[in-house]
Amino acid sequence: MPHDNATLEAVSIDQAEGNFSFPEAYDYDAGYGLTEQVIDYISDAKQEADWVRDFRKRALKVFLDKPMPTHWASKDLENIHFDNIRYYLAKGQRPTRSWDEVPDDVKQTFERLGIPEKERKYLAGVEAQFDSEAAYSNVKEELEKQGVIFVNSTEGLREHPEIFRKWFGKVIPTGDNKFSALNSAVFSGGSFIYVPPGVKVAHPLQAYFRINAENFGQFERTLIIVDEGAEVTYMEGCTAPKFETATLHSAVVELVAMKDAKIQYITVQNWSNNVFNLVTKRGLAHENAEIRWIDCNIGSRLTMKYPGVIMKGRKARGEVISIALANDGQHQDTGAKMIHAADETTSNVVSKSISVGTGRSTYRGQVHIPKHLKGCKNNTECDALLINTSSRTDTYPAITVRGNQHATQHEASVSQVSEDQIFYMQQRGLSEAEAMSLSVNGFVNDLVREFPMEYSVELKRLIDLEMEGSVG
Amino acid sequence: MNASLSINDLHVSVDGTEIIKGLTLEIPKGEVHAIMGPNGSGKSTLAKVLAGHEDYEVTGGSVTMDGQDVLGMEIDERSRAGLFLAFQYPHEIPGVSNANFLRAALQARLPKGEEIDAVAFYKEMYARMDELEMDRKFTGRSVNEGFSGGEKKRNEILQMMMLEPSFAILDETDSGLDIDALRIVAQGVNSMRSPARGFLVITHYQRLLDYIVPDHVHVMFDGRIVRSGDKSLALELEEKGYDWVKEELAA
Repeated sequence: MPHDNATLEAVSIDQAEGNFSFPEAYDYDAGYGLTEQVIDYISDAKQEADWVRDFRKRALKVFLDKPMPTHWASKDLENIHFDNIRYYLAKGQRPTRSWDEVPDDVKQTFERLGIPEKERKYLAGVEAQFDSEAAYSNVKEELEKQGVIFVNSTEGLREHPEIFRKWFGKVIPTGDNKFSALNSAVFSGGSFIYVPPGVKVAHPLQAYFRINAENFGQFERTLIIVDEGAEVTYMEGCTAPKFETATLHSAVVELVAMKDAKIQYITVQNWSNNVFNLVTKRGLAHENAEIRWIDCNIGSRLTMKYPGVIMKGRKARGEVISIALANDGQHQDTGAKMIHAADETTSNVVSKSISVGTGRSTYRGQVHIPKHLKGCKNNTECDALLINTSSRTDTYPAITVRGNQHATQHEASVSQVSEDQIFYMQQRGLSEAEAMSLSVNGFVNDLVREFPMEYSVELKRLIDLEMEGSVG
Repeated sequence: MNASLSINDLHVSVDGTEIIKGLTLEIPKGEVHAIMGPNGSGKSTLAKVLAGHEDYEVTGGSVTMDGQDVLGMEIDERSRAGLFLAFQYPHEIPGVSNANFLRAALQARLPKGEEIDAVAFYKEMYARMDELEMDRKFTGRSVNEGFSGGEKKRNEILQMMMLEPSFAILDETDSGLDIDALRIVAQGVNSMRSPARGFLVITHYQRLLDYIVPDHVHVMFDGRIVRSGDKSLALELEEKGYDWVKEELAA
């Protein structure tokens, strides 16, 4: 390796403010920095086919050639030091970290969020995997009977290239942006799902269920293909804070909904506040297909995420529903991309953000309806709530509609929790923090309902926790 | 122990201007006191100060509730200690249902770890709503959002009934009410009258006092109570107008 690891560890960007770090031994460690040798190391470790290795190497070139998007995005991106990052770490065995080594404040947070015991250990990295093998094997059996493929990306590319190769990197080309190129070069982990025609998967598929030590990798790659008339809901993440030693997370998620198919992709992420979370998510909806992104972003130092839908077939529908909460020192730069590419396509974007303390939230939306199309509809609503006077929000909606046979509407609002509202609630006996929590929960209530029950309960608790420090 | 809400020589300023200038008033449990007075006399300021609004600075005097110092308590502590304010302009809380809000308020009164009995809560709430002739659909609607003036005031009384305070201050509860709503609201208040509860009814008009008959009536003017009497004082005021008080004071 080109660098002396001990020195780099000492100067690495998150060591000073990282709120969680453990010495760990990995069976596979590609070392610091990004070179062709690192790519070979990953491909060797994963025993990948040549076409995958070549795909990675081409992506590396694209990544190195592309400038940082700092002309429109946060200058904070310049603080990512690509040479100080380890791009591939994997454990061949269960980790050695013990529950006793987990800091007390982390344990307390789990306690207060009401996370079940087993999940706590998993989340704190004490157990490499969620202990739900029994539950999973039932799910797996049922899925196999229906012909559903639900594996990790390594296995997907190795065992089912005839299915996944066709769409891999097609919805989000390597060169889409600098971070999609990075992911294409070094991806590991993530889910590969294929649902055969007409199969409606009864229960949501969760990343949890898939037994895989690299499940929550830094550079996850997920590809979901839902064939004609089939339906699936996928859920990733959870409301518990994820305590990470790695500071750069850059996932790529591609969805393909064939004719009449439906995909619902639900994400709840709560990163520790040293993490750069730079994600590219996009779906391709064929005729009369529907893709819904339901997304909740909490924590991280900087999140940049704009889930998109390309409505390629007639009457395709795309939807993005998102909640972002930016607390002290955090920047949630989120939004949606809706590309109308066929007649009578419909898109809906509803985004709500909350900025607490010095937190900053940015909404960026792009809606594109070209001139030659007929009967397209878009609805965009973005509402921002500011909690403190030092909180900040910005909105950059770009709606390009050409031709006159379309219907679009756009609404945006910025509001503040008023002192009089808090006074009113306190007069009924709620503490200032409880009043603030209830107000904020009220603000996002209509969107929280879109999440599955267990998530919405956790979300409420999480908002309560986040609001505790905002008053006083 | 002194079972009353006791205000003694209270002085209050806003932005350096004195609004309440030495007000003394004792409301024993079991009694209904009315404060009447012209606009700008300091009536609503008194209500907000008692509840603990931070825009008002208490520069002198004391307020106790059952002998306990009120001015040193936080807003929510006062509420949990038994003080209730029915707002003149109740606030809207978008996205928070009436039922959830009431539940949170009641939950805040329970010791840590104890959970409210949901079945008993709904039973109680429905019974109270029936008394106030409120449609059940109000349980699921956001607190006060899109409510008419009358619906907001009924909602205030519903909250009072559910929280069962020791002392309730009604700040111009009659404003914006038509006669039917006024009758229903007054019935609600009257049903809450008990030897264990005191009321301070703030109003501009005598009309409300036809329905909620007070034990004592006080006239407030320029930050002080300038006259006290029984319910006939309200009638006298109605007949002669506030100018009568002003003239008497000037004389």
